Amino acid sequence: MNKWFRRYAIYDMRYAISVWQRNAAMYRRTWWLNILPSFFEPVLYLASIGIGVGGYISEIGGTSYLHFLAPGLLCVAAMNGASFETTYNIFVRLNFEKTYDAMLTTPVEPDDVLVGEVLWAITRSCIYGGCFFVVIALFGLVPSPAGLLVLPIVPLTGLLFAAMGLAFTLRIPNIDLFSFYFTLFLTPLFLFSDIFFPLEDRLSGAWLWGAEVLPLLHPVRMARAAFRGQAAAVLLWDLGYMLVISALLLAWARRGVRQRLTS
Amino acid sequence: MALIEIDSVSKRFGRRLAVDNVSFQVEPGICFGLLGPNGAGKTTTLRMLYGVTRPSSGSIRIFGIDVGRNLRRVRARLGVTLQQNVLIEALSPEENLRVFGRYHLLREPELSRRANELIDFLELRSHAEVPVRLLSGGFQRRLAIALSLMNRPELLILDEPTTGLDPAVRVTLWSRVRELQAQGTTILVTTHYMDEAQRLCDRVAIMASGRIIDEGAPAALIAARLARETVEFDCTAAEEPLFLDGDGAGAPRLRVGRRLMVYLRDATALAANVRHRDPQDARSLVVRPTNLEDVFLSLTGTKLEATE
Repeated sequence: MNKWFRRYAIYDMRYAISVWQRNAAMYRRTWWLNILPSFFEPVLYLASIGIGVGGYISEIGGTSYLHFLAPGLLCVAAMNGASFETTYNIFVRLNFEKTYDAMLTTPVEPDDVLVGEVLWAITRSCIYGGCFFVVIALFGLVPSPAGLLVLPIVPLTGLLFAAMGLAFTLRIPNIDLFSFYFTLFLTPLFLFSDIFFPLEDRLSGAWLWGAEVLPLLHPVRMARAAFRGQAAAVLLWDLGYMLVISALLLAWARRGVRQRLTS
Repeated sequence: MALIEIDSVSKRFGRRLAVDNVSFQVEPGICFGLLGPNGAGKTTTLRMLYGVTRPSSGSIRIFGIDVGRNLRRVRARLGVTLQQNVLIEALSPEENLRVFGRYHLLREPELSRRANELIDFLELRSHAEVPVRLLSGGFQRRLAIALSLMNRPELLILDEPTTGLDPAVRVTLWSRVRELQAQGTTILVTTHYMDEAQRLCDRVAIMASGRIIDEGAPAALIAARLARETVEFDCTAAEEPLFLDGDGAGAPRLRVGRRLMVYLRDATALAANVRHRDPQDARSLVVRPTNLEDVFLSLTGTKLEATE
C-alpha cells in the first residue's frame, strides 16, 4: 500500500457526507427509474410465490407460507438496494463519468469516497427495505412489536452487500461481467438462503454446514428470528459473520479505491 | 515567493518515465501555459500538482506548502478543470454547482450565493434550471470551469480547456479566464492551441517526452529561436533551391509534408520571388509573423534545417 497516501489521507466524515449528498441530490431526480425494478421484485415474489404457491402449503416452519416468506424477502430488498448501487452505478461513476477524478481535485480523499459510497448504498438498502417493510406490514405479516427488531438488520444487510459489490466492481475491467455477479452469485443466494424453504429440512450433515458460507443466509435467519421474537446463540454467529466479512471486504475495497484513483 | 515550485520532479510508471526531471516555477498572478504534444507528460505533471499522482522523486510546493505533506490544505485553495467534463447530467447547472461546493464543505446560504455568482460570471443564467444533458458543448464546458471556481481558488488549473470548442466559445471562455487573472487568480493551463497560448500566457513551458525543452515568455521564445517573419508555401524538397535561390538561401526553414516555412528578418524579397514564379497562387503563399507554433514545431516536430 501507498505509504504516502496512507499517512496524509485522513478520513473525514464531513467529506464522506458531501459524497453521500452528491448521490442523494441525483437520486431525488431519478429515484423512480431505480426504485421500480428493485423494489417491486420482492413484492412480485411475495404475491406470486407467497399467495400463489403458498395456497398449496398449509404451514411451513410453524407459520403460513406468506409469513415464512416475508422476513427473507425483506433482506432481499435490502440486498438489491445495496447491490445495484455498488455494481452498475459505481462502475459508471468510476470508469465512464470520472466522478471520483473530479472529487479528488477537491479536499475529498479516496477514503472519503469509499465511506460516502458505502453510506449511500446502505441508505438505498434502507429505502428498499423500508418500502418493503411497509408493504408487508399492510399485508399484516409483521408481528407487533417483535417485528420492529428486524429494522436494524436492513442496514447491516446493506453494509454486507455494499462491501461485496464494491470489492467486485473495483476489480473488474468490463461492465458485462456484472451479469456473472447477478446470475451466478446473487440469484443463487436468493434461491438457496432459507428464503423459500428451510435449508435444514432439505440438507443434512456437511451440506448444511457448507451452506453457512452463503452471505444472505445470515441476515435472513436473523430477520426470521426477529419476526418470531426468538433469540438463539446462532444469531451471534450470524451477526459476527456479517460484521467480519464486511470489514475484510471493505479493507480490500479501500486498497482498490486507492489503486484505481491515485497513482 | 513563487506560487508553484516544482523541483526536479520525475514520475515513473513501471518502466516508462512519464515525467523526466522537470523543474519550473509559477509566479503569483500570471497565466502559465504548459504546451506539448499528446503523451508529453502534461497531464501527469498536473496530476502531481494536485496530488493524485505521487512523484517518484523531486518536490512540489504550492502556496509554500509541500503537496505531499498537506494535500487537503493545498486542494482547498486550488481549482482544477479536467480534460473531460465531469457533470451530473440529470441535474441543472445550479444543482451541479451546489453538489460540487459541498466537496469544499460550503454551506447554505454561501453555497447558493456562490453558485449564483458563477452562473452569472460564466453566463449560464439562461440555462441555469435545465438538465445538463440538454446543454451544448460550450455550456457544459463553461459549467465545468464554474465548478472548479466554487471555492474561490487562488490557483486555477485548466487541462485543455478549449479542445473541441468552436472559436466563438473559445473566445468567450478565454475572456472569463482573463478576468479571473485580473482579479488575482493564478492560471496554469495546458493547450494544443499555440495561438491561444501565445496570446494569453505570460509564460509558457514546452514539454516533449516528459521533459521541459524550453521555457519563457512567448515573444522571447520566438525571438530566441527564429526570425520574426515567416514565408509559408507548398513546394517539394526538390523544388526548394528554385525558390530559395538568392534571398532565402541560408535561411532556417521547416518542412511539414509539402508545406515549407522559411524564417527571415525581412520576408519581402522571398515573397515577391514566390509570387513571381507562381502567379496563379497554386502554392497557397502566406506571409505572417513567426509564432509559437513555429517554435513548437522546430522543437518537437520536424527538424529545423539551417544550411549555414
